[in-house]
Amino acid sequence: MNLQINSQSYQVNSDGDTPLLWIIRDELGMTGTKYGCGLAQCGACSVLVDGEVVRSCVTPLDSVAGRQITTIEALEADPIGKRVVAAWVKHQVPQCGYCQSGQVVAATALLKQTPNPSDDEIAAAMINLCRCGTYNAIKAAVKDLSSKQGETL
Amino acid sequence: MTETTRNLVPDDEFPIGSPVNISRRHFLLTSAGAAAGAFVLGFGVPVGQARAQQAASPMPPGTRVPAFLEIRPDSSIRFMSPFVEGGQGVFTAMAQIVGEELDADPKTFVVENAPAGGDYLVINGKMRITGGSMSGRTSYETMRKLGPLARNMLLQAAAKRLNAPITELTTEPGRVIHAASGRSLAYGEVAAEALDLPVPAPESVSLRDPSKFRWIGKPVERLDMHDKSTGKAVYAIDCKVDGMLHAAVQHAPRLGLTIGKIRNEEQLKAMPGVHSVHSLSGAVAVVAERWWNAKRAAEAAQVDWREPGSDADPALRHMPADFSTAAFSDKLANEPGSGKEAENVGDVTKAFDAAKTVVSATYKSQYLHHAQLEPPSTLARFNPDGSLEVWLPNQAPEQFQADIAKLTGLDPSKVTLHSPILGGFFGRHFLYPSANPYPQAIQLAKEVGRPVKLIWSREEEFLRDPMRPMAAVRFRGALDASGMHRIAQIYVKNPTTLAYWRSVGNSMNDFFYETFLDELADKGGQDPYELRMKLLQKNERLSNLLKAVGDLSGGWKRGPFTADDGSKRARGVAMASPFGSHTAAIAEVSIRNGQVVVHDVWEAIDPGSIVNPAIIEAQINSATALGMSQVLMEEAVYQNGEPTARNYDLYPILPPDRMARVHVRIIESGAEMGGIGEPGLPAIPPAVANAVSTLTGKRIRSMPLSNYTFES
Repeated sequence: MNLQINSQSYQVNSDGDTPLLWIIRDELGMTGTKYGCGLAQCGACSVLVDGEVVRSCVTPLDSVAGRQITTIEALEADPIGKRVVAAWVKHQVPQCGYCQSGQVVAATALLKQTPNPSDDEIAAAMINLCRCGTYNAIKAAVKDLSSKQGETL
Repeated sequence: MTETTRNLVPDDEFPIGSPVNISRRHFLLTSAGAAAGAFVLGFGVPVGQARAQQAASPMPPGTRVPAFLEIRPDSSIRFMSPFVEGGQGVFTAMAQIVGEELDADPKTFVVENAPAGGDYLVINGKMRITGGSMSGRTSYETMRKLGPLARNMLLQAAAKRLNAPITELTTEPGRVIHAASGRSLAYGEVAAEALDLPVPAPESVSLRDPSKFRWIGKPVERLDMHDKSTGKAVYAIDCKVDGMLHAAVQHAPRLGLTIGKIRNEEQLKAMPGVHSVHSLSGAVAVVAERWWNAKRAAEAAQVDWREPGSDADPALRHMPADFSTAAFSDKLANEPGSGKEAENVGDVTKAFDAAKTVVSATYKSQYLHHAQLEPPSTLARFNPDGSLEVWLPNQAPEQFQADIAKLTGLDPSKVTLHSPILGGFFGRHFLYPSANPYPQAIQLAKEVGRPVKLIWSREEEFLRDPMRPMAAVRFRGALDASGMHRIAQIYVKNPTTLAYWRSVGNSMNDFFYETFLDELADKGGQDPYELRMKLLQKNERLSNLLKAVGDLSGGWKRGPFTADDGSKRARGVAMASPFGSHTAAIAEVSIRNGQVVVHDVWEAIDPGSIVNPAIIEAQINSATALGMSQVLMEEAVYQNGEPTARNYDLYPILPPDRMARVHVRIIESGAEMGGIGEPGLPAIPPAVANAVSTLTGKRIRSMPLSNYTFES
């Protein structure tokens, strides 16, 4: 099967029901996307599919054929993703960092669709778990991005 | 990540008390980023007589500069940290401490977890763990002293190059300066020559005056933020080597059961991608080309598990088939006997005899999972020379190395441990029997003759995660007496495997003490904040702390009161003194849809003296989140000997929408440096519970609050 990931074309040979997460991590060797629960509970595996956030641990390979997948590895190539990463650094968001690939992807998806999200919209979109409890820093970073839309960080 | 950078060797590979000079011996590192000419002191030279000679003249841990520092041609500094980074910011704190004295900006540091070795046993000169909030406070002086030794060598080399007396040379961050001639050299420019010099005697160099610190005590930015925001940070679960196979396991449903027949073994072997099926101690393993295939087959295994017989492993706590947490909790609460007296202040008997009112109550805590986001894994590889390399999350490299040596019969020098950064730990990655995947991974690598990476699925992790103990405490308090008398300390062996959990015993003991104190205050008609103030009147440090948190919250206001949004709210206060630091917290709560909402948490911490206030603030946020998670919703429940929750769906951890705003005040009282990672936690559960008791009039004596019914 042909897969479009980070603007590149990959031939993959896993079964069609294999979760996208394991294609990305094992077959393609990109380990920035994380395994946390395998049940779409934690969001550490979040990737973009056609610009929307998807939990790759429960996304079968054959459901994403022909669609544009973006992983954390290519997020800085996206102008919004780049600003999200800069905000994450500015607000010193990560602690252990394990969930942060997914958090950055989720924030990027939110800002792509809603450039100036309200507090409620941020709360509705930023639902990934973080055991280190970086939630306040995440919220501050996303709010910063929403209020500075159009400016350069 | 193939094996790239770990060429440091343990202490006992060094021949004598002085560093091996690699450059002079024409040994150059092949490690990434260490080009020829790098200031590499003593890396990676095995010497035959090493052990005997080293024993004759050992250097104290933490003093052998070369085991810790490498200065590269571009003046970047590779530092081998005795403590592993798992989110608590220790890599950055170490760079601040060493950089301050080396005169090098912490930004120029590249920090890694040091390999196993005697040089890194810097906790009291004999131990190395990352835990107990000990990293900064136990190694602070030792780590400071490393900097000036290397700086002195750089000065000597620069003096020669510039043909100037060393007394005329100074440094500024990353550079040696000769003011008289207006010339200067970057550290990296003289590194090659500096490494031809002997390491000076520790007593020949001096430390900076703390009043002139540039980085220690400042909110220096963390070194790992960009890597961790872009997926570049590498955890154990991400490690890979050439020719590696993947493995997954299905554990026996109860610890102690032994493996019998795998009824569908042939079927499993025929599943896609499966390489082989293996019977392990208390588990079946499947090795495959890819982990997903291994996991599917392991899950599908139909195994005859057997009750332990005479062959039972005495090191394991066998889980009985009828074990339930509900029944165990009742058993603990009703354990006969008056218990071992844990703490008595004053004449307790007299106090109780004279008391107008005696208050007795039983308080309870629950089992907790670590629930760190990174599931445990181990990558094991046997090398052609018979040595073994293991990549695994751990908080104690030397202990794991020793255990693996014992397990395999290999000499410890043949066991190379790679300890990547941790995707959360909270006490999860110590040496717990049956709770770590490395014995399985090593056995599998041996059996298949190829490197194997074993990942425990979340479900297998929650089945074998050792837990924070549950407890029941019977209190008796005498009003009119200033002392509190804890009567029940009865040891009851838990059928489960137990573990350290962030803030260890304090995570529940301070809940017990501080909520019972509020109960006593209420019975005596006293305000809980004022009562604490009164009890602490002779303790200036704690009085200041309690006053500080009161001020931070805008003045103590217990409630119940009506907030601007119309909700009825109340505040609770609690204090704790864990790990050498002191904390006081106030929480404001309301009830919405029958659930407790924690709106704000104010926490003051007095760690004596500090390294990085920004990291402290982040750690207080983090500890608050975990404390709230514990008191609001977490509980590992067992029925019929098995956990009812095997993933986050049935074992919820604090989600973002239940996080409180957190306000932090750091008090530098100047006392001895205390811990940071854990101290923020213990005051949170009782502060929340006390607020809920005040708000609802219902006395909270157990966690989690999700077991109570509240009316909005």
